[in-house]
Amino acid sequence: MSLDLPLIFTALMGISILAYVVLDGYDLGVGMLMAAADDHEQNLMVASIGPFWDANETWLVLGVGILLVAFPVAHGIILGALYLPVATMLVGLMFRGVAFELRLKALGWHRELWNWLFWFGSFLASFTQGFMLGRYITGFESGFGYFLFAMLTGASLCGGCVLLGATWLVLKTEGPLQRKAIAWGKWGLLWVALGVAMVSLATPLVTETVRNKWFDFPRTIALMLLPTASFGAGIAVWFTLRGLGRGTWHVEWMPFAGAVSIFTIAFAGLAYSLFPYVVIDQLTIWDAAAHPSSLQFVLWGALVVVPLIIAYTAFSHRVFWGKARAGLYE
Amino acid sequence: MDTLNTIDIARMQFGLNIAFHILFPSISIALGWILVWFRVQYARTGAPAWLSSYKLWTKVFALSFAVGVVSGIVMSFQFGTNWPGYMNTVGNVAGPLLAYEVLTAFFLEATFLGVMLFGMNRVPGWVHLLATVLVAVGTTISAFWILALNSWMHTPAGHTVLDGVIIAQNWWDVIFNPSFPYRFTHMLLASGLTAAFLVAGLSAWRLLKAPGDTAAANTLRTGVLIAATLAPLQILAGDMHGLNTLKNQPAKIAAMEALWETQKGAPLVLFGIPNERKRINEFVIEIPRAASIILRHESDGELKGLNEFYPDIPPVPVVFTAFRVMVGMGFSMLLISWAGAWRLRRRDNPRPRWLLWTFAGFTFAGWIATLAGWIVTETGRQPWLVTGILRTADAAGKVSEAQIGASFTGYIITYCIMLLAYIVVLTHLAAEGTDPKEPVAASGDAP
Ligand code: HDD
Ligand code: HEM
Ligand code: HEM
Repeated sequence: MSLDLPLIFTALMGISILAYVVLDGYDLGVGMLMAAADDHEQNLMVASIGPFWDANETWLVLGVGILLVAFPVAHGIILGALYLPVATMLVGLMFRGVAFELRLKALGWHRELWNWLFWFGSFLASFTQGFMLGRYITGFESGFGYFLFAMLTGASLCGGCVLLGATWLVLKTEGPLQRKAIAWGKWGLLWVALGVAMVSLATPLVTETVRNKWFDFPRTIALMLLPTASFGAGIAVWFTLRGLGRGTWHVEWMPFAGAVSIFTIAFAGLAYSLFPYVVIDQLTIWDAAAHPSSLQFVLWGALVVVPLIIAYTAFSHRVFWGKARAGLYE
Repeated sequence: MDTLNTIDIARMQFGLNIAFHILFPSISIALGWILVWFRVQYARTGAPAWLSSYKLWTKVFALSFAVGVVSGIVMSFQFGTNWPGYMNTVGNVAGPLLAYEVLTAFFLEATFLGVMLFGMNRVPGWVHLLATVLVAVGTTISAFWILALNSWMHTPAGHTVLDGVIIAQNWWDVIFNPSFPYRFTHMLLASGLTAAFLVAGLSAWRLLKAPGDTAAANTLRTGVLIAATLAPLQILAGDMHGLNTLKNQPAKIAAMEALWETQKGAPLVLFGIPNERKRINEFVIEIPRAASIILRHESDGELKGLNEFYPDIPPVPVVFTAFRVMVGMGFSMLLISWAGAWRLRRRDNPRPRWLLWTFAGFTFAGWIATLAGWIVTETGRQPWLVTGILRTADAAGKVSEAQIGASFTGYIITYCIMLLAYIVVLTHLAAEGTDPKEPVAASGDAP
């Protein structure tokens, strides 16, 4: 029996995209929340993501890398169709990456400028990522309705990042900033709830393939587990946030874990909608797959290296466990 | 006409992005190892001057690294957005090499960079030293993979063709293709020189302002001595690289030497203006037979001229000029670093101002030579994208001119801002030096 390599690579790609969305999601969210914080708080917020943001972004490179390795043809089609949003996202990521370093070294209005670029770059990157998701689900169809849909997914992803960022800060900070983060988290949650609801309703309307997959009784009933679970996670986030605010709940990682669950469930729903396509209605993963010799070569390496990556990523999170301290470079 | 324009802009955009990107890896690859050296010196001697040098140069490293990372992310999207034909044809070779780079290098360097920058007080000294080493190892591994791919594009090996698509047959041959060892060595040395002149230049700048700064005096010597060691090695490696190219890509060598007719005892053109239309050189100053001596090691060795390859020849004036810029920089670096090493051979020798000014002027000399070198290599490969397999024109995508134009403009603006900010911050950091009373602490809470 031979391995179904395209399927394995689809799973790997899915995992790295999910890892990217969750991990960079929280640091993009923290970047967006900078706009609502004062100077001292901003330093703490930046310190909470400082050791991680670079490695977090590497998951994006891995996701695109696997797309390129495993589905070279789809890589060209997708990135060609998303040309401008990709370029916009990259500009956003560039500004925020360098602003991160430069705001530390700048003084006066320069510092304000880099703070602003940090915020703006984070916003631009998360919005365009959501926008691209919207374009992708609808098979890059053109038309005003499709454009609106993509704007909606863009706005929803921003909400999601704010939620992740705020709950991350709940975990990583204390005192007044933590109280602020709890309030941000609640707003983020409402925003996400609204976004997820609207996107879930709109998706079956804009693409037939997705509609057929979800409205296929009796499978629909089993599928209803997904929205139910995500609703449950939302409720858990809300009440743990409220409890932390009132001092009746003390497990600080719960809201973040809840937010991650919401993302994971939404991601699973999406994966179900799209499978087995890499480009919806055009290319399945088997049509688009690269030659097995290439896939095998990468798979062996990945089997050795990925466990190592996970191990040292865990190590680095353990080193920086606990509350963020403002003193960077110490 | 339309498509031609799009291809041209796509090429310009690609060239701009990678040229911008390489500026920062060329610093971080070697600067990582220089930091290891500072860190080890501190661990060994416990002298505060080494610690403050380490801290100062860590900041420079962090900034270079950040710009390298974000511009590198752009690179990883470029292949799909600008060259879909490339991926369709050679994706089976290019994809895995890039994937190995991500898996073995990018995660390693990015994760341990966090520990290295922010963890000094959180982990034991040896763990911090190890993190510093792993970051340097990561940057070097990343150069290994990307240069394996790039060299394969110049001198493909180890593959077969199946239904018009390239597949790898022997990965060892793909990776260790004929030009790879030369290109990898030459690039690592280039990075060493770039970082050495940066360290020497910024330290010299600091010493001009504050002659008594011991940390800057230390790092000036370190930079100068590294440069003096690497400069002759680079010239040697460059010569061997050229001989290898003569064997594998003779048209490129003919373009570098602007040699139109095949001849025995070919002259070395020191100066001239190649005229592509008439296929001759104008206003030449040349050394008889020298090219044959350098490349064939005999005074009447035969060299193939461009006319043998016509019309598949690269843009000669570009390759010719860029080559002279690189070699000129190589010999200037040798001269300056040896002069510097002689003057500074003992720690307490006086440091004449002209010497400091020269090094300050050469701060970014490595960038010029590196870019010139890449232009030689890459332009010299044209019209091929992958030698003998894929033409550049066949790899371009069908993205509209307006879209490419818009993104191109966006990138140019972004890069100008980043480059300006980078240079300004670097000179400020250098001017402030490592004096603990200075407002380094004012830059936020960072000491
Ligand atoms: C000789 C060296 C060299 C060359 C020719 C290139 N790179 Fe590079 N790249 C590096 C050496 C490097 C590095 C030293 O490893 C960097 C610089 C700073 C850093 O973080 O790693 C890097 C960073 C870097 C990153 C960010 C990694 C991260 O997230 O940590 C990506 C995605 C790329 N590169 C991709 C590319 C691509 C697709 C290239 C070719 C077309 C390329 N690089 C040319
Ligand atoms: C990092 C240093 C590099 C620099 C400065 C550089 C620069 C350039 C330049 C100036 C060109 C344009 C040549 C011309 O059209 O006349 C070019 C072409 C090209 N290079 Fe590189 N390059 C570098 C590394 C790489 C690497 C590592 C790869 C691939 C792995 C690569 C792939 C290409 C491709 C695909 C083209 C063809 C597109 C074009 O003609 O513009 N380059 N490069
Ligand atoms: C006098 C000394 C030098 C000689 C003879 C020399 C020779 C060469 C040759 C022949 C190539 C083209 C390789 C090809 O055919 O593809 C090349 C490329 C290159 N050179 Fe040099 N070089 C010299 C100095 C330098 C210096 C000082 C630097 C930078 C600090 C540098 C950086 C590069 C780079 C980055 C490339 C492109 C990558 C590669 O092909 O290795 N070179 N060099």
